[in-house]
Amino acid sequence: MADKAKYKTAPLKCWKKAKELRLKYYEDYAKAHERGGLRWAGGAWSFSAIPSGLGEDVWSLTSEPYAASIAFDKDFSLRCLEAAEKASYARDLCAYMRNYWGSIILNEYAFGGPFPKPDFIWQDHICCSHAKWYQVVSDLEGGIPHFCMDVSVGPYNEMAPHKIDYLVGQMHDGIEWLEETTGRIYDDDLLIEAVKNEFRTTSTWAEICSYNKHVPAPLDEKSMYSLYVLGTLNKHDRQVAEFYQELRDEVKERVEQGIAAIPNEQCRLMSDTQPPWGFLSIFRYMEEFGAISIGSLYTFGLIGIWEDKPDGSWGPRATPMQQGIDIKDRDQALRLYADWTLSKPEWQHFYSPHLKTEMMIRIAREWQLNGILLHYNRGCEGLSVGIAENRLGLIEAGFPVMAFEGNMGDEREFDEARVKVRFDTFMETLGLKKNGKS
Amino acid sequence: MISAGIDIGAKTVKTVLLEDGKILGKGLVPAGLDTVASTKQTLKRALAAAGLTVEKVEGFMATGTGRKSCPFTDAEITEVGAAAKGINHVLESCRAVIDVGAEEGRAVRCDAKGKVIDFAFNEKCAAGAGTFAEGMARALEIPLEELGPLSLKARQAVPMNAQCAVFAESEVVTLIHNKTPREDIARAVLDAIASRIISMVRKVGFEKDVALIGGMALNPGFVESMKRGLEMDVHVPEDPEYIGALGAALAAAEQTT
Repeated sequence: MADKAKYKTAPLKCWKKAKELRLKYYEDYAKAHERGGLRWAGGAWSFSAIPSGLGEDVWSLTSEPYAASIAFDKDFSLRCLEAAEKASYARDLCAYMRNYWGSIILNEYAFGGPFPKPDFIWQDHICCSHAKWYQVVSDLEGGIPHFCMDVSVGPYNEMAPHKIDYLVGQMHDGIEWLEETTGRIYDDDLLIEAVKNEFRTTSTWAEICSYNKHVPAPLDEKSMYSLYVLGTLNKHDRQVAEFYQELRDEVKERVEQGIAAIPNEQCRLMSDTQPPWGFLSIFRYMEEFGAISIGSLYTFGLIGIWEDKPDGSWGPRATPMQQGIDIKDRDQALRLYADWTLSKPEWQHFYSPHLKTEMMIRIAREWQLNGILLHYNRGCEGLSVGIAENRLGLIEAGFPVMAFEGNMGDEREFDEARVKVRFDTFMETLGLKKNGKS
Repeated sequence: MISAGIDIGAKTVKTVLLEDGKILGKGLVPAGLDTVASTKQTLKRALAAAGLTVEKVEGFMATGTGRKSCPFTDAEITEVGAAAKGINHVLESCRAVIDVGAEEGRAVRCDAKGKVIDFAFNEKCAAGAGTFAEGMARALEIPLEELGPLSLKARQAVPMNAQCAVFAESEVVTLIHNKTPREDIARAVLDAIASRIISMVRKVGFEKDVALIGGMALNPGFVESMKRGLEMDVHVPEDPEYIGALGAALAAAEQTT
């Protein structure tokens, strides 16, 4: 094993800007009505560029990252969870959903003030909870117009024109519904701009993650959570697209200058699914052993859009603009948008755990990993189903795997001390000791 | 050199003194509420058994749930690492070691050199730990030591369906009220614990030879339940509750040399 501090490190220059953009997002949503604008709510997985055609004064609140923000604040989260339980919602439901509902029931916004009621809901169904989440939100808020798209067309490797048609048809219906619901005239130019922004955001995020193939990794996953979140909030937004390009340039520079995320990288790991948001300190605990989590399929593939490169590696998908495609009208924009989004890696394993295993093995090989941490996340059925199957596939491929139980959004189901004991054991099996000692 | 391995478990603290791979002395005391005092006591016992003074010990290593509270050293090895090292020393052919103590159960797959390949814990379900056997012995109104021998007299396998220790206990009470022979109930309890442990062992994977260590390895009825469940022989080394401490002593020796 190498010396404790073998790489130089430096804080990210654009860190402050990322924090400011995130805070501005939540403030913009809360203040939308003061500015005469509209508020909509929906999942981070929704086709968020589409409501942008209603005007430049339309702000969203995406549910999963909002709930993760609640989870990060353990005291508030506990109050939200207990409020949801008191309202008779079962404790084994999606932890994000329960935090979000609790925030509405308590009428407390995690960023101050009362919970800002949305004007309409724009959602899709990629997991079982998505189907019910906003039905309850609508009920709790006394009835909010709700449009939901069905995206269950199968994995991208089985894509066919009729599947794209199925989505695009719903998108056209959705735009008509948006016009009827809000009384506004839809602007296709704004849609096209938002879709282009989203192509840029999601391709650039994949490029940023690709730089972590470098040893030492320029980014650690705990920091990546604060960066990728912008893509879960506002991926269709010009400022986010531009921020990611700025971040990409900085990460590229870090690689060129050999600037590492941690000074003593000796062991490269990846995690899986959402982390226990109230206990991100476990990532810093790993670093005491010289182990870094360089990301995960979740961090890479929830926002990043990827493709196979000519050399066989996994890299950022070329945007339609990079391919020289000129987007001229609504239908073309929606078709490209549907195809683009359906290729999202994190959507694939809803159809088969084997697809997820393949992608994880690919990451483990290309990012030169020494081991994998799997989170049996009781808070998310959608992303946790099949993890035991993934574990077997990864072990068969020759990678050491450690599984731990927890919950992304319910601190009562995460035993920090026990998980650290498990980490100690896993690190020991990898030949690592605390503080870089061999 | 002489090294000491100290295993601070949930119920007992064990110490092994080792010189050139040979055990010089051992000590075991209940952990109690003051584990620091218990740890000092167990070392004292091991030193007395070996006829040594503490100054002769050149290296210490702690393991077990309470290893961070060891008053003699900060050096530590996990229970999994210690179990693999310890069993490799006494049974080189062992490729899977199952450690069932009072508080939790562990399954460890290891190679010919005692290196851990994979592991699993049961640290959440009381129905898969030694404490459950203790509780059920109380329900049957017999000392824990008699639970295993009693179960060997069973004439039939009685299924216990409850997955949870709390419900399992009420199931035992029901069996008692139904006049089910106590030996059959004893076997049912041990079969149920074995069933939970075996599902963990299968998750890790196993091949011959399989060894059983920890306090539950002293229970002959549980050993039989494990053999039945795994459908293979299960080796129980001499003094199975000391294997973790032995592994720690070996690690201490490696560290010091």
